[in-house]
Amino acid sequence: MSENNVAVVDKDADYKGDVLVPIQWKSPIAYGALTVLAAAIFVPFAGAGSITNFSFSQAGDLIEIPNVAIPSQPALIAIAVVLAGLCALSLKFALDRKKAPILVPLAFGLLFVTALLIFVLAGNPATLPVTSLLSGALFLSTPLVFGSMTGLICERVGIINIAIEGQLLAGAFLAAVVGSVAANPYAGLLAAPLAGALFGLVLAVFAIRYFVDQIIVGTILNVFILGLTNYLYSTVLTQNQGLNFPPPLPTYEIPILGQIPVLGPVLFKQNVVVYIMYALVIVLQILIFKSRWGLRLRACGEHPEAADTVGIKVNRTRFRNTILGGAVAGLGGAFYTVAAGLSFNQNMTSGQGFIALAVMIMGKWTPKNAIFAALVFGFANNLQITLTAMQISIVPAQFMLMLPYLVTIVAVAGVIGTVRAPAQEGVPYKN
Amino acid sequence: MVDNNKDTSSGNVTKTIPPDVETVTDADEAIEIATPVEDAPKVEKKATGAHKDEDEPTGAKAIALKIVTGSGLISVLSVVAALIFGAILIAAANAEVQAAAVSGNIGKFFSTVGKVIGSAYYALFQGAIVNPDAHNFAAFIAPLFDSLKVATPLIFMGLGLAVGFRSALFNIGGQGQIIVGGIFASYVGFAFDLPPVIHLIAAIIAAVIGGMLWGFIPGILKAKTGANEVIVTIMLNSIALLLISWVLAQPAFQRPGENRPLTPAMHDNAIYPIIRIGEIQLSVAFFLAIAAVILTWWLLERSTLGFKLRATGLNPDAAKSAGINASMMSVWALMISGGFAGLAASSAVLIPATGMASGVASSYGFDAIMVALLGRSKPLGTFLSALLLGALRSGGYLMQATTSTPIDVVSVIQAVVVMFIAAPPFIRALFRLPDPEKLALRKAAKEVA
Repeated sequence: MSENNVAVVDKDADYKGDVLVPIQWKSPIAYGALTVLAAAIFVPFAGAGSITNFSFSQAGDLIEIPNVAIPSQPALIAIAVVLAGLCALSLKFALDRKKAPILVPLAFGLLFVTALLIFVLAGNPATLPVTSLLSGALFLSTPLVFGSMTGLICERVGIINIAIEGQLLAGAFLAAVVGSVAANPYAGLLAAPLAGALFGLVLAVFAIRYFVDQIIVGTILNVFILGLTNYLYSTVLTQNQGLNFPPPLPTYEIPILGQIPVLGPVLFKQNVVVYIMYALVIVLQILIFKSRWGLRLRACGEHPEAADTVGIKVNRTRFRNTILGGAVAGLGGAFYTVAAGLSFNQNMTSGQGFIALAVMIMGKWTPKNAIFAALVFGFANNLQITLTAMQISIVPAQFMLMLPYLVTIVAVAGVIGTVRAPAQEGVPYKN
Repeated sequence: MVDNNKDTSSGNVTKTIPPDVETVTDADEAIEIATPVEDAPKVEKKATGAHKDEDEPTGAKAIALKIVTGSGLISVLSVVAALIFGAILIAAANAEVQAAAVSGNIGKFFSTVGKVIGSAYYALFQGAIVNPDAHNFAAFIAPLFDSLKVATPLIFMGLGLAVGFRSALFNIGGQGQIIVGGIFASYVGFAFDLPPVIHLIAAIIAAVIGGMLWGFIPGILKAKTGANEVIVTIMLNSIALLLISWVLAQPAFQRPGENRPLTPAMHDNAIYPIIRIGEIQLSVAFFLAIAAVILTWWLLERSTLGFKLRATGLNPDAAKSAGINASMMSVWALMISGGFAGLAASSAVLIPATGMASGVASSYGFDAIMVALLGRSKPLGTFLSALLLGALRSGGYLMQATTSTPIDVVSVIQAVVVMFIAAPPFIRALFRLPDPEKLALRKAAKEVA
């Protein structure tokens, strides 16, 4: 009880004892606003008697689920009631000064998105393919997951890596070129981490060996890599078109698991980059918190002096893991070219490396949380693509596209608020 | 080791990603710090009046030592090293050079390399500084003024970021703030019909308000909820890009008879007047930029607000103990930053003939990060580094036009220059220069012995 009620506020040292923490109003307010939005806009404007169609199965599925037609308005009313209930629950947790279990925001988010979909498609004869919507969402969130894992490895060890954007781009470039030259997408996939690792090395050299501010090195690297890939694209790749035709990675369906309705095609009918992502997230989640490597990693980021005292070579650990982080981003960059089956194009990562940084912070520097944050972006992107393909637009496309960014701002400001980064990140260690 | 993700909601420990601009200067300041160390034994000697030290460098040797350990040489060498790097890129990607290399004729290879690099850099110089082929003096120095024009938005934006850095706020949102400022400025610029001067001032004020608004959002969110300004500004950049693409599709902003997303041309009264002497052209915006440099210096070094901003930047806890409302300072810093972004937008939008397109922010927001870093977040330093980057970019345009070397190589050169200047030990190692810190230590050790 006291664990929850007593403030552990470092910056106000005199704030100890049995003083109650201030009530955290942010979550209930955010939930309340969204509930009001659902009740006041979605319900009345859905149109009485309109129907929303969802489909769950794709052709050739072993178990076929029939399409579902939901009466829009009653469904929205039901959802609004449940949302209000969750809102009240969150208020109760806030008043008790307790943290709501993760299930509450998760359920709220899923229901709100469902309500949004029902509302957007209400009265439209078209059917929303739920399965392809979700599998596309997962696919699009892949580079964000790789990027956030990079940020996470680097920041846990104490190095701020702003250069994720550049490392993704470098990986995409090298994957395309090597994949084209070897006429084999797996060659590109193997080469991509090298490009990321190279720029991880540059970051490490300048930040650790020469004590240049890490954010500065990262920013410079982004400009450098963007300039370099643009330059090589408009000279070498344009002169030799054959260098930029990577064959695409094939999609593998995992036997049995791939036949599960809805989830099967979403999770287990992807290409190898997505499977590597699963493995990476699971392995990192375990290693960072349960292994000797992870303990040392975190020690160097939280309290390098203490780590040094017990014999950990702080700068060597930082050096190696910054390169490792770069390699992960490079691999993620392969997504844009060989995994998506596209040629390299100028600035094709278009700021996703920065979004990955946001994903990492929203995920509070843990792999398992980061994946949810990445899915929010992947889902919003793919929803927009799907709706455009279905020629549905009730709001201008631009406002639809703003959604993931707005969600992030609300999440960062409302739900997550102040998060705690590794204590000594960005601080060079001089012994 | 504690698992961080637990209980973060009750632990109210703020974490800003500190731009920690001070560390940039570390290596360079080491030089300044090293100088007194170097002097210290001398003072002691005078006091004791003991033996005359033959090792003490005198005359020319001392001057030579000063030069090779000074930061001026580091800057020059950084530029040289970056240009060499750029030259390698230019040569390597050139089809003629590749053909010469394949032919196996070494003499031909080197002459082609020389020709290609020479003509590219000659064009760069011609576009950035002076045009030696010019027929009169005005045309001779005209490129210099073109560079000032290119540098103007970078000066404004760089100053804004410098204010942010000094308050320990990393404003990545320059792009978004310029876009919103540009939307405001352009609307006032083409939709209203006001008398001369007043119209221009109104449009500039609109730009500043737009930029400040877009800076206010991350500021207030940080102050009230602790939301990380890096994330919020990144998100606001993307939102602003979508916003401008929507705005430009609206009838109110659409240029009549034009399919591309482009606003009508600005009203004649709303554009920055341009001073013309022969081929020389200079916009009044540049003088405004100089005024902004002075204003920023006054704000940061002489005003109460600036003092509070700097105090919060150096140590928020200490600032809070001293009675400064530290969280309000993030609102002020980001609003000021956004206001400068608005000025940058005004200098890009309030120009003759062309309307505003969605690419109004170019890459000013990101380039200005390098400008502010290179200028060590000091107003004058920011001004000078904006001129350097502006000149490189301005020269790059001519280089691209005349030698078909893509201007992207200029971005690479810029990045390498900034990286090297930020890492003096690296440049010293590259050119085998003595390390002033080590020299001082060695001397001190000798004194002790």
